[in-house]
Formats: sequence, C-alpha cells, structure tokens
Amino acid sequence: MFKTLHKYASPMHFHALARRWSTPLLWLSAVLFAAGLAGGLVMAPADYQQGESFRIIYVHVPSAWLSMFAYMVMAGAGAVSLIWRVKLMDALARAAAPLGASFTALALATGSLWGKPMWGTWWVWDARLTSELLLLFLYLGYMALQSAIDDRRAAARAGAVLAVVGVVNIPIIHYSVEWWSTLHQPATITRLGAPAMATSMLIPLLLMALAFQLLFFALLFIRARSELLEFEQRSLWVRELLGQGSPR
Amino acid sequence: MTPRRRRMLTIGLLIAGMALATGLILQAFEQNLMYFYSPADIAAGKAPPDRDFRIGGMVVEGSVQRDPQSLAVTFELTDYQHQTTVQYTGILPDLFREGQGIVAHGRLDAAGQFKAREVLAKHDENYMPPEVAASLKKAPPGVRP
Repeated sequence: MFKTLHKYASPMHFHALARRWSTPLLWLSAVLFAAGLAGGLVMAPADYQQGESFRIIYVHVPSAWLSMFAYMVMAGAGAVSLIWRVKLMDALARAAAPLGASFTALALATGSLWGKPMWGTWWVWDARLTSELLLLFLYLGYMALQSAIDDRRAAARAGAVLAVVGVVNIPIIHYSVEWWSTLHQPATITRLGAPAMATSMLIPLLLMALAFQLLFFALLFIRARSELLEFEQRSLWVRELLGQGSPR
Repeated sequence: MTPRRRRMLTIGLLIAGMALATGLILQAFEQNLMYFYSPADIAAGKAPPDRDFRIGGMVVEGSVQRDPQSLAVTFELTDYQHQTTVQYTGILPDLFREGQGIVAHGRLDAAGQFKAREVLAKHDENYMPPEVAASLKKAPPGVRP
C-alpha cells in the first residue's frame, strides 16, 4: 500500500491523475449544480419564517463549508509536507489557498446579503462572523507569504507553518455559535440528531454541497497541475510532456 | 529519534501549544465574546449600568405596544426566567414579531427599562414550509421542536 501511495505522491503521476479527473469532475459538478439550483430555487417550498429569502442558504452554507474544508486541505497538506517533505503537498497547499479564500469571501458576501433583510444589518461583530473573517485573512496572509518569498521551497515551508498554526481557528468557527451567544443561529445540519430542516429543502442543499465539493476538487486539480509544472520545470518528465529536448 | 519523528513531534507540539494559548485567551475574553446579555443577566446585575450593551431574548406574546403617532414601540423581552421592558423608536426588521428572538443594542435607564438604539432580529436554525409549521403549532406544546 505504501508503494502505491508513494507512486501517486510523485508529481508526474499526480499530474496525469489530475489531468484525467478534472474534466469529468467539472461535468459532474455542473449536473449537480443544475439539479441543486432547480431543487433549491424552484421546487423547495418557502420557509415559514423567512419566506423566499431563505433560498440564499443554497449558496451560503455550501460555500461556508467549503471555506473550512479548503483550509483543512491546505493545513493538512502543509503538515504532511513539513513532516515527510512531499513536493506534491506543497503544490496542493498553494493550489488550495485562493480557492479557499474565494469560498470564504463568497460565504461572507452571501451572509451579508442574507443578514440585511433578516437580521436588519449587513454585518455584526459576533463570534461566528468575526472568526470567519479571520479565516479570510489567514488565506490572504498565506497567499501574501507565498508571493513575498522567491525561493519556492522556503515559501512552501513558511506557508505550511502558517497554515498549521491557523488551524486552531477552524473549531472556533464551527463551535462559536454554541460556545458564545451570537446573532448567527446554531447549526442546522452538522449537529447531533436529525437536521432541523424539512426534507424537501434539505435534499437540494445536500446536492449543492456536493456540487461545490466536486467543483473544489476539479479546480484544485487544475491549479495543482500548473503548480507542479512550475515546481518541476527542470525535471525530465515535464520536458518530455512539453515535447522539449534534453536540458540546455 | 529520526528527523521525521522529531518534525512530527514539533508540529504536534506547535498545534497543541497554539490550541492551549488560544483557549486561554478565549477564556480570558469570555465576557467580551458574548454578543448579548440575557434578561436574567440584567436581573443579576451583570450588565454594565452606565454604558451601551446588547440584550437578547424572546419578544413576549401580546406585549408589543406601538405608538399610533410615531415609530415608538415598547415590548417585553424574556429568557423564560426574567423579563426586561425595551423601548425603541425606529424601523423594525422584517422578522420582528411576537415570540421571535431579537437582539437590541442600547442602555438601561434609571427606571431599569432598556432604551434601544438598534433592534436586530435573530432567527433560529429550523427551516420548514409554512404548512408544516402550522400543523406543528396545532400539536400539544410538549412535542413542539
């Protein structure tokens, strides 16, 4: 088993794997998006309290989940890279950061649009909103660090340390609504017991979550491929791939 | 110890140290992280008497009194243990209604009434179609979610 792992952790094999999978993943994600949006925006009934406004949940909740998932990928890849020195993990972490930042920004923006009509405000400094904003700054800090250090190995190591240290923010985001009194309501789905949501509303939400998840992996693979090509530009397999001759 | 083991240990200690430090900081700022006080906190004298703070609770059914001449409104806020009277002048959010959770920002006056400058609606984590909510209302209170 260790041998197979080792094989797929090699940049060349991962590059081939990512090239094979990114397009099918994109298509599958598009189909799920269509189903989820039709289910969420058309077929699901209006909410008893919030009316039609609750439908923004179909973008807000999946992007908020992905904002945390992408961070776990980035921090996990960072930790593996620090311990086992796997080049592939550096590429994955670098590829995940802008994706996570985008999902975080999307979650904050849709949350703000939702907050204005329902709560009566665009923004409050409660524990949930503040910790999610901190997550955005962690991503931006990671990306700034990557572009500030010229040496790729050094940049990857510094970034990995930052990502691993910042991982303490993830449980804080998740449990903020339980530990402290917040304006944001507690979790509907990721809680013990049955989800506090009617099934006809829940199914489109799960479809959207899966669509976002697959989109994330498709984009991660595409971005990681270009990172790998850049990392490994002097290696033989990249030259062969690009149809170039022997090293100059 | 192999270098790999050492790195693994370093990272484990790094995360544990960060978690401990963050935990202590959050513990120290416990009160500041609370977004609002409850009527019970106010009854217990925990709320600051001479500066702005937030109060959260449920609007008591049948307690909302609107002034027909202006936007002024008075209502009772409860956490099912204590009640506080809230006065507010302005436009209320769409979700404001009796039995709904709200958060108000303002301060206590000398009479112990809460003068709100801002009222925000808090909604719960339950989502269901209106028909389901209506049939749940008909059920005896004990089985309501």
